[in-house]
Amino acid sequence: MSGSSNFKPKSAILQWTERRLPILGLMHSSFVAYPTPRNLNYWWTFGGILSFCLGVQIITGIVLAMHYTPTVAGAFDSVEHIMRDVNYGWLIRYVHANGASMFFIAVYIHIFRGLYYGSYKEPREILWILGVIIFLLMMATAFMGYVLPWGQMSFWGATVITNLFSAIPGIGPKVVEFLWGGYSVDQPTLQRFFSLHYLLPFMIAGVVVLHIWALHEVGQNNPAGIDVKSDKDTVPFTPYATAKDNFAMICFMIFFAWFVFYIPNYLGHADNYIPANPLQTPTHIVPEWYFLPFYAILRAIPSKLGGVIAMFGSIALLAFLPWLDRAKTRSAKYRPLFKQFFWVFVLCCIGLGWLGAKPAEGGYVIASRILTAYYFIHFLVILPLLSYYEKPSPLPASIADSVLGKQPAKA
Amino acid sequence: MNKNTLLALGIVAAISFGSAGSALAAEAGPQPPRQKWTFSGPFGHYDKQQLQRGFKVYREVCQACHSLKLVAFRTLGQPGALGFSEGQIKALAAEYQINDGPNDSGEMFQRAGRPSDYFPPIFANEQAARATHNGALPVDLSVIAKARTYEVGFPGFLIDIVRQYQENGVDYLHALLTGYEEKAPAGETLTPNQFWNKYFPGHKISMRPPLEDKRVEYTDGSPQTVDQYARDVTAFLMWAAEPHLEARKRIGFQVMIFLIVFAGLAYFTKKKIWASAH
Ligand code: HEC
Ligand code: HEM
Repeated sequence: MSGSSNFKPKSAILQWTERRLPILGLMHSSFVAYPTPRNLNYWWTFGGILSFCLGVQIITGIVLAMHYTPTVAGAFDSVEHIMRDVNYGWLIRYVHANGASMFFIAVYIHIFRGLYYGSYKEPREILWILGVIIFLLMMATAFMGYVLPWGQMSFWGATVITNLFSAIPGIGPKVVEFLWGGYSVDQPTLQRFFSLHYLLPFMIAGVVVLHIWALHEVGQNNPAGIDVKSDKDTVPFTPYATAKDNFAMICFMIFFAWFVFYIPNYLGHADNYIPANPLQTPTHIVPEWYFLPFYAILRAIPSKLGGVIAMFGSIALLAFLPWLDRAKTRSAKYRPLFKQFFWVFVLCCIGLGWLGAKPAEGGYVIASRILTAYYFIHFLVILPLLSYYEKPSPLPASIADSVLGKQPAKA
Repeated sequence: MNKNTLLALGIVAAISFGSAGSALAAEAGPQPPRQKWTFSGPFGHYDKQQLQRGFKVYREVCQACHSLKLVAFRTLGQPGALGFSEGQIKALAAEYQINDGPNDSGEMFQRAGRPSDYFPPIFANEQAARATHNGALPVDLSVIAKARTYEVGFPGFLIDIVRQYQENGVDYLHALLTGYEEKAPAGETLTPNQFWNKYFPGHKISMRPPLEDKRVEYTDGSPQTVDQYARDVTAFLMWAAEPHLEARKRIGFQVMIFLIVFAGLAYFTKKKIWASAH
């Protein structure tokens, strides 16, 4: 599905280089001529927004790293030095800290978009799995980044999460010591987290390239979930998709700027402005909002090992989705039952997020268990059964028909 | 936009923020009442007079126990700060003794402060600070205004996003300083070094009520009351924690205007391009 690659630059110099390294042709076929389904809605703009987020994190992160000190004694104060003395340091840090949240808002929308429109189905399985890998890398990156300012939540969050590995039978305690580089979260831990926090975003960028490569091989899915059949079904990436992505991205920036400039600490924890103190445990150790659903699953299971398996399993499961949901129809638009279960599942995830922020006691635990069970049932029972029993509504004959009016009996 | 789109938007908003606000300490007492602060909202700014009064309260009262070690004297004269002149800052810094050295003969020595110095520590170390306060630690106040908060339930925490309300930390500080009660409620016992505070988590605080009416002299006619002192010193501590707040909000407004205009242009461009495709 690559666009036409008969691109020929006008200038003689560029023609000379193009014959030796056809990079302009690659750009042209990927971002100009590339055919996109003409019925894409705004949920398809989040891929571009995610690339923007990654770029913002890398640029602000590199500037922060120029002023940041990865030592137990100096980390907290160096972040405050950035906030107070570095020119526009407050802006750079607030963009980076809120940027992580924006990144996750965008990725969650992007993932649920895929779930709704069946974007994980044949032939997009590898594309989808690469997405799951990006998501995992993002979680690792954000977790380690949050440790860097070395506040109370940094320290205790790192302690709780690294301790999870002690649940591995037999070698668990050794693994944890290996991760810490010592006998507790301390200087070696902070220093390696800084190193990895710098490295992982570039690995994400690498996987993003693969993700986009796979995308351009198989083509984009679309709200109707049907294949492109003729040129009438598509429009060239530029100017059509570029103009739409551009508008969506600016709207996203407005949302982003609202947080950065007006409520920059809203999404963070006040406790992280207290310097880390290994002798004083905060009353509630709560991860950042974007981890809460998984934290709820972790705490729902009465055994530590079980909780850890369930938590990692809940993410790993996503990678197997193409083989759990075997229905041929992709888009929820034409799957009346799936559509309802989709929204129930969304509510289930919000519920888990809410429970993740609550103390693990009484009714909250019971609710967490019910929703955790439902999370797994959705993937392991409901989706496979729906594949066989659901009767999809009739699909439009083509993408062009679906936008230009010739709808089948309305779904 | 169809029904599902709207629903999904709501859901995303709820996932994102549903938990953030509710994550914090529930064991604290009553919710601190919300105050009016000049620095809240999109056009928020510090009241220089108020910061100066608050600084006076800090110097004459809190400084006996609490340090401010992340704040440099020179920053008191920055734009968006207390409005002190260079001369005033020099004189002020010189009132403090700073540890320096080693000198050429290898000795540490004390010298008068300079504008580039930071507020010096009050105690040599944490142990010394605790020893003089019956084991309790008077914390450094440099970022205290951002290091405290209180829980806002549903749907208040969502409304706060729209209202841009992020003054929870200062509400708490004001409440703490004015929230002392004469004695503990029946059934509660305090040691001689503890005091009952309505808003302190666990209520038993080891800081004796630091403020009383007429304790600090104001020359600008503001009321010399505990409530006013608390308000002023809290505003000063907000500045200490967030010295670039005014610049942030000012630049934020410019960025917003720019982005909104840009979004409008982008929207009509997109519309024009797509007009032929539908
Ligand atoms: C006589 C010494 C002393 C003075 C003067 C003093 N404090 Fe304290 N302060 C303490 C001690 C001791 C604690 C620790 C209390 C505890 O942990 O129970 C404390 C705690 C605090 C806390 C932390 C409360 C919390 O939520 O953990 C704040 C804020 C505070 N003081 C502000 C002030 C302000 C503002 C002033 C000046 C108006 C002031 N203090 C004057 C000794 C003092
Ligand atoms: C996938 C992209 C990234 C994500 C999701 C991310 C996330 C985070 C988070 C959540 C924090 C804590 C913010 C705070 O509360 O202060 C942080 C801090 C930090 N990050 Fe990143 N980051 C990313 C990329 C990078 C890159 C590429 C670099 C460096 C090249 C970097 C350097 C730093 C530094 C130095 C800090 C500590 C300063 C601070 O806490 O503000 N980050 N990051």
